[in-house]
Amino acid sequence: MANVSIRKVVKAYEGDVQAVKGIDLEIIDHEFVVLVGPSGCGKSTTLRMIAGLEEITAGEIWIGGDVVNDVPPRDRDIAMVFQNYALYPHMSVFDNMAFGLKLRKFPKEEIKRRVDEAATMLDIQMLLDRKPKALSGGQRQRVAMGRAVVRNPKVFLFDEPLSNLDAKLRVQMRTEIKKLHQLVPTTTVYVTHDQIEAMTLADRVVVMNHGVIEQVGAPQELYHHPATRFVAGFIGSPAMNFLPCQVVDDGGLKVQLADGTKMAIPAARVDRYGPYKGKKMTLGIRPEHMTETHDSEKPGVQIMNAKVDVVEPMGMETLVHHFVDGVAVCSRIDPNVHTGPGEILPLAIDMNNMHLIEDATNRVV
Amino acid sequence: MADGSTMVVGAPAATSPGPRQAGSMKQLARRRSLAALALCSPLILLIVCLKIYPTFYAVFLSMLDRKMNNFVGFDNFAFMISRPSFQLVIFQSVLFAVTAVILKAFLGFVLAHLMHNIRGRNERVWRGLLLVPWVIPLSLSTLTWWWLFDPSYSAFNWTLNMLGFEDIAFLGTVWNARLSVIAVNVWFGAPFFMIMYLAALKSVPEQLYEAASIDGATAVQRLFFITIPMMRNIILITVLYSLIVTFADFDIVRILTNGGPQDGTHLFATYAFVVGIQSGNIPRGATVSLFMFPILAALAFFVLRDVMKRNKEMA
Repeated sequence: MANVSIRKVVKAYEGDVQAVKGIDLEIIDHEFVVLVGPSGCGKSTTLRMIAGLEEITAGEIWIGGDVVNDVPPRDRDIAMVFQNYALYPHMSVFDNMAFGLKLRKFPKEEIKRRVDEAATMLDIQMLLDRKPKALSGGQRQRVAMGRAVVRNPKVFLFDEPLSNLDAKLRVQMRTEIKKLHQLVPTTTVYVTHDQIEAMTLADRVVVMNHGVIEQVGAPQELYHHPATRFVAGFIGSPAMNFLPCQVVDDGGLKVQLADGTKMAIPAARVDRYGPYKGKKMTLGIRPEHMTETHDSEKPGVQIMNAKVDVVEPMGMETLVHHFVDGVAVCSRIDPNVHTGPGEILPLAIDMNNMHLIEDATNRVV
Repeated sequence: MADGSTMVVGAPAATSPGPRQAGSMKQLARRRSLAALALCSPLILLIVCLKIYPTFYAVFLSMLDRKMNNFVGFDNFAFMISRPSFQLVIFQSVLFAVTAVILKAFLGFVLAHLMHNIRGRNERVWRGLLLVPWVIPLSLSTLTWWWLFDPSYSAFNWTLNMLGFEDIAFLGTVWNARLSVIAVNVWFGAPFFMIMYLAALKSVPEQLYEAASIDGATAVQRLFFITIPMMRNIILITVLYSLIVTFADFDIVRILTNGGPQDGTHLFATYAFVVGIQSGNIPRGATVSLFMFPILAALAFFVLRDVMKRNKEMA
C-alpha cells in the first residue's frame, strides 16, 4: 500500500507528439482513482508509465516514497489488470495466479494459501484447474483480478478492464471491483473511457483530455461543479446541453439566448455572473434539469415551450429531443407525461442548476 | 466450405420447410460435395500418382530378391541391418539429421528474435536477405560451397592462410566432411526456421510479456515461461517437418562429398542411390530408402497428436 505521485510527467513520441503534457497528480494511500477521458487523451499512457511499461520523457513518478522512473516493472511492486486480461493461455488458472509468487520464490504452502484465499474471495475456486480458454469473459476477468490480488502489491492498476464484457456483465463486475476494493483497500488507479464506470467506482475522478488533466475531484463534485466545458460535457449521461447566450441586465440579470429568449439568473448567482455581462457565453444545462412542468414551481425555474422532435422512452424516464434556436437539446421527463413528435411540450428549466461557460476560455464561471 | 453449405441449406429451410424443399436441399448439398470432389480431383490424382503409388511400390520392391522375381519378405531389411557399412550409414544419417535440425532450430530461433527486434523498414530488408539461402536452388548453392571448401581454391583456406593458420581439409577427412555437410545443411535450412519462428513470435500478444514483467519475470524468464511455451507447437511441427526432410536429404552429400571420404558421409538417400541405381540392386535400394519410414511415421503421429491436444486447450 502506498501513495503514488505524478509530478510534471510528460510522454512524447517520435515526431514530438506529446501524449501526456506535464501532468501532476497525487494519489493517496488506499485511494481509488479513476482516469477517464476520450480515446487518445493520454489516460492509458499515464497508467502504463506508472506500471513502467512506457518510458517517461520528463518528470517524475513516485510510488511509496521512491522515484521509480528507472525502476523496471517487476521491481515496482504493482499489479495490473489488462483490457483483454492477458492471462497466460498455456497455464491453468492456478498457475496464472501463482506465477508472480513463484517468480518471487514464495514457499509452496504460502502460494497455495494465497491463491486459495483470492479464489474464494473472487468465487473462482472451482476453476483453478482450467485453462483460460475454457473460461467465460467474466471468469477470465476474475482470474485477472485474482492474479493481481494474490501478490498483495503496493498499487493496483486497471486498464479498461470491463471494456470486453457485455453490458450486463460489465455492471456486475463493476460492483465486484468496488467490493474488492472495500475488502482489499490497496491504492488503485483505474483507467476507463466510460464516465459511468468512473463515477460509480472512484473516490476521485481525474478527467483527462488531449494529454492534460482537465479536473480532479470526487464524482459528485465533477457532476455539480465542472471546471471546464469539456468536463461539463463529458460527465453525465445524456450529456449536458450547451446553448450560446449572453448575460444581460434587463431589470435583473438574465441569460439571453440567441433567439432572444430571456431567463432570469437566480439571485444567489447574480454576483458571480455579473462581471460577464455582454460577453459571449454558453449556457450549460443538464437534461435532468429540463423537465416537465409542475403545478407549483420552486424559485429559479423558468418555463420554455419546446416542439418535440424525438421521444425516447427509457422506462424509468423519457428522453425528449428538441431544438432551441437550431441547437439540438435533450430533456429528461417523467415517463408518465405523454407527448409525441411535433407536439408542444412546456419544459421547466431549473436555473439553480445552470452552468455558465466563458467561450473565450472554455471555463465554467 | 462448411460455413458456405450451412448458409445455403439453412436460409431457405427457415422460410419454407416443406418436404419437397428438404429433398432439393439434399440434392443441392450432394451436388455441392460432388463439385468439390471434382475440383479437388486433379490434386488427388497427383498425390496418388506421385506419392501413394510410389510409396507402395517401394514397399513392394523392398520385399523382392535382387532379380526382382521372388518375394523375400523382410529379408532385405534383416540383411542390411547386419551389414557394418549400412550401420555406419544409419549412424551418419542420425548424426546428420539430428545435429543439423537442432542447429537450424537454434539458429532460426536466435535470428527470429533479432528480426523481431528490428523495427520498421529495415526488418523487411534483413528478412529478405536472410531468406536468400533458402530461395537459391540447393544444388547450385552447394556447388558454390564445394568451391569454397575445395582444397586448391578454397576461399576459407585462403582466409585462414592470410591470418596465419594452416589449411583445413574441409572435405578431406571423415569428420571434417561430416561437419561440412551439416554446416551447409544448416546454412540452407535455418532461414525456414527463422521465418516460421518470426511468424510465431509476432503472434504472441505483447500484453503477455507486459503482464509477465509486471508479475516479476526477467527477460530470460519471459523467454522460458512465455515465449517458448507459446511457440511450443510451432517448434514441434517445424522440428518434425525438418527432421523428415533432413533425413531424406540427397543434394548436399551427392554434390559435396558423393558419400566420401571412405563412405563417411553417406546418408540414407545417397546410399540408396548407390545401392539401388549405381549397383543395380533396386530392392536393396528401396530397403535403404524405406528404413526410417516407420520411425518417422510414429514420431509424426505422437507429435501431431500432442500439438492437436494443446491447440484445443489453448487456442
